[in-house]
Amino acid sequence: MTVTATPPSSGVTGKISNYLDERTSISGAVKEFGRKIFPDHWSFLLGEVALYSFVIILLSGSFLTFFFQASMASVQYDGSYVPLKGVEMSVAMSSTLDISFDLRGGLLLRQIHHWAALLFISAIGLHMLRVFFTGAFRKPRELNWSIGFVLFVLAMAEGFTGYSLPDDLLSGNGLRIIDGMIVGLPVVGTWISFLLFGGEFPGSDIIGRLYTLHILLLPLVVLAFIVLHLMFVIIHKHTQYPGPGRTEQNVVGYPVLPVYAAKAGGFFFLVFGVVVLIAATVTINPIWAYGPYDPSPVSAGTQPDWYIGFADGALRLMPPHLETYWFGYTWSWNIIIPVLLLLVFLAVVFAYPFFEAWVTGDKREHHVLDRPRNAPVRTAIGAAGVTFYAVLWAGAASDIIATHFKVTMEGVINTLQIMLILGPIFAFMIAKRVCLALQKKDREIVLHGFETGRIVRLPGGEFTEVHQQLDDYDRWQLVSFNDNAPIMVRPNARGKITGATRRRAAWSRFFFEDRIAPVTQTEYKQELEHSHH
Amino acid sequence: MSQKPETHRKRGRRSPVAIVLLVGIGLITTGAAYAMATTATASAEVDLMSPQVIDEGQKLFAANCATCHGQQAQGTDNGPSLIGVGAAAVDFQVGTGRMPMQGNGPQAPAKPVQFTDEQVKALAAYVASLGPGPSIPSQSDLTGGDAANGGELFRINCAMCHNVAGAGGALTEGKYAPELKNTSAVHAYEAMLIGPQNMPVFNDLNLTPSEKKDIVAYLEYLKENPSPGGLELGSLGPVSEGLFIWIIGLGAIIGLTIWITAKSN
Repeated sequence: MTVTATPPSSGVTGKISNYLDERTSISGAVKEFGRKIFPDHWSFLLGEVALYSFVIILLSGSFLTFFFQASMASVQYDGSYVPLKGVEMSVAMSSTLDISFDLRGGLLLRQIHHWAALLFISAIGLHMLRVFFTGAFRKPRELNWSIGFVLFVLAMAEGFTGYSLPDDLLSGNGLRIIDGMIVGLPVVGTWISFLLFGGEFPGSDIIGRLYTLHILLLPLVVLAFIVLHLMFVIIHKHTQYPGPGRTEQNVVGYPVLPVYAAKAGGFFFLVFGVVVLIAATVTINPIWAYGPYDPSPVSAGTQPDWYIGFADGALRLMPPHLETYWFGYTWSWNIIIPVLLLLVFLAVVFAYPFFEAWVTGDKREHHVLDRPRNAPVRTAIGAAGVTFYAVLWAGAASDIIATHFKVTMEGVINTLQIMLILGPIFAFMIAKRVCLALQKKDREIVLHGFETGRIVRLPGGEFTEVHQQLDDYDRWQLVSFNDNAPIMVRPNARGKITGATRRRAAWSRFFFEDRIAPVTQTEYKQELEHSHH
Repeated sequence: MSQKPETHRKRGRRSPVAIVLLVGIGLITTGAAYAMATTATASAEVDLMSPQVIDEGQKLFAANCATCHGQQAQGTDNGPSLIGVGAAAVDFQVGTGRMPMQGNGPQAPAKPVQFTDEQVKALAAYVASLGPGPSIPSQSDLTGGDAANGGELFRINCAMCHNVAGAGGALTEGKYAPELKNTSAVHAYEAMLIGPQNMPVFNDLNLTPSEKKDIVAYLEYLKENPSPGGLELGSLGPVSEGLFIWIIGLGAIIGLTIWITAKSN
């Protein structure tokens, strides 16, 4: 071929790039990754917020490890916080106090670390909700949902282990509750507790063990899963909201280089800025007010950090006195049932994409997202799940709700117990109705246009409001969605109807019995002709 | 050259320094007067043994308390006997506005105080004259405690109801332990002495006077020293922290995401 050799790049940048490329062949990767297209929508940045929070946590956490000592050896505090002077406490607590009061910038870094951790998990939660309600978990992304779910659980574990490290009264009480839950498991509970705490609670091992988990094992696993999660995002390409020109084969948006790299880089600093601003002005986890852990005092208003709240709430909402004595063991149903409830809830969250794929029998790839209203039953299931979680969450704050709204604690607990069962059912019905109504409204707008607010009097004296048809772009957004019909029960090749087929058909009816079909071309044309007469 | 007389003139009573000085003098005198006035009321020494004071107290009692507690404070179906509750009980209940009670409820809430300090003391004197009981702690009972020891004692004896940071907490059936950030030293001490409402009595064998003094010192320290970490969010711990990150933190972040993905015009 007669391609002229490209002249060697002049200038420093060119030379450096050339040097690197000749030794690493990195240009291929840069070209591939730099041309990756990402669509622009605010809700696509929630996962990014989680990622950036994690980076902030890594940075601030590394700083804290330089000064924190994970030891439960006893020491007399001799730092500058007066009301704890001379008080006996563990080295872990004392070194955390030293970080807070006697290390320049220590308190700020501690607060950055903790606030970023809260933001990390809440951003993950919101990101999961976005993925759920838009159906972004459908093929080919089911596995990535699973990876994300594991990250959510790992993040909670990271949070809880970190929360316990200062060995203060509040977190000590939290650990005591965990110990209680473990001991409440029949047969093996006591032994697991002994194994974990190195003997009787609290022992002198747990802080060191949690520290290893918190700064070594869990971060490594989180990092590995984040890498996996992002690799899948690149392999699958990003999803996009429906719109004109957006298909299952393309991605409409901006390339990573230079647009997204700049935007995302800038966004990192914005998130960092928000976290630092919060950390500099708002107290979090004031361990100096809580004092060192001692198994005897338990403070009123003891709560875990928000992400463990749903578990605490499950324990609080469980009716008391449910215990049986079988085979020489006490079976504490008031512990076992909440633990099982939480495990089942998490299992449902994990398994939902696979379940929905089985119900719909949909083997197609989906890169264009659903608008939540166009999948009414899924949206309703999500609303029910959110309500269930929220009630458990509120349960953890039942005493604070009681004091601040001046109601009785029993009233709050009983209301929440009822809400835990009825709330999700109501949420399901309301959300489904709202979705169907919105779909009907969309249909109405497509067929008859939108109201212009212009009232015209006809020669006969009749008043009508002038409706205007949507333009083609807006209309496309309202008509381009999948219409799922319930699956028919059909005999298989051997002429038999299996139980699985029946169950699947029943679920399919549950999902798609009530549905609003998108406006078809014929319908639309007919309606146009009709309105011209 | 021509500026010299000007600078000279500035040294008069019109100079900015003079304004600063005047404002300073004004602030100091008002401040001092106010401080004197407040210390005067705070240390309004009312002789609780004097017959006139007891007499005045009896009149106030008959007019304001006797409906429920009886004409001789002997108690009725609506209120307990006050014979032997001591001056401390009256000073606490009336001095924090809990009494006279506005309506029946699980517990009498603190509300704006209905009487002047002298009147409260007169009522206390009258009730104290009915039978021996705990008296109002003196200034020397309240000052000079060890805050560190007080903190330990507070965590062991008080935190399970009042919360470890003194933010208050819920009890059963609508009862509650109030927050302690606005409780004065003398009222905190009296509460331990008399065990008002749903609170147990911490007698001198349970918590010695010097231990009570330490607890008061700890509470005073918490009041005088705001959190070194910034806003306290009501000292409610993880619940308010969680609400803050979801509403303010994530709210701000979402605002930013909308901003950076907005299409430029």
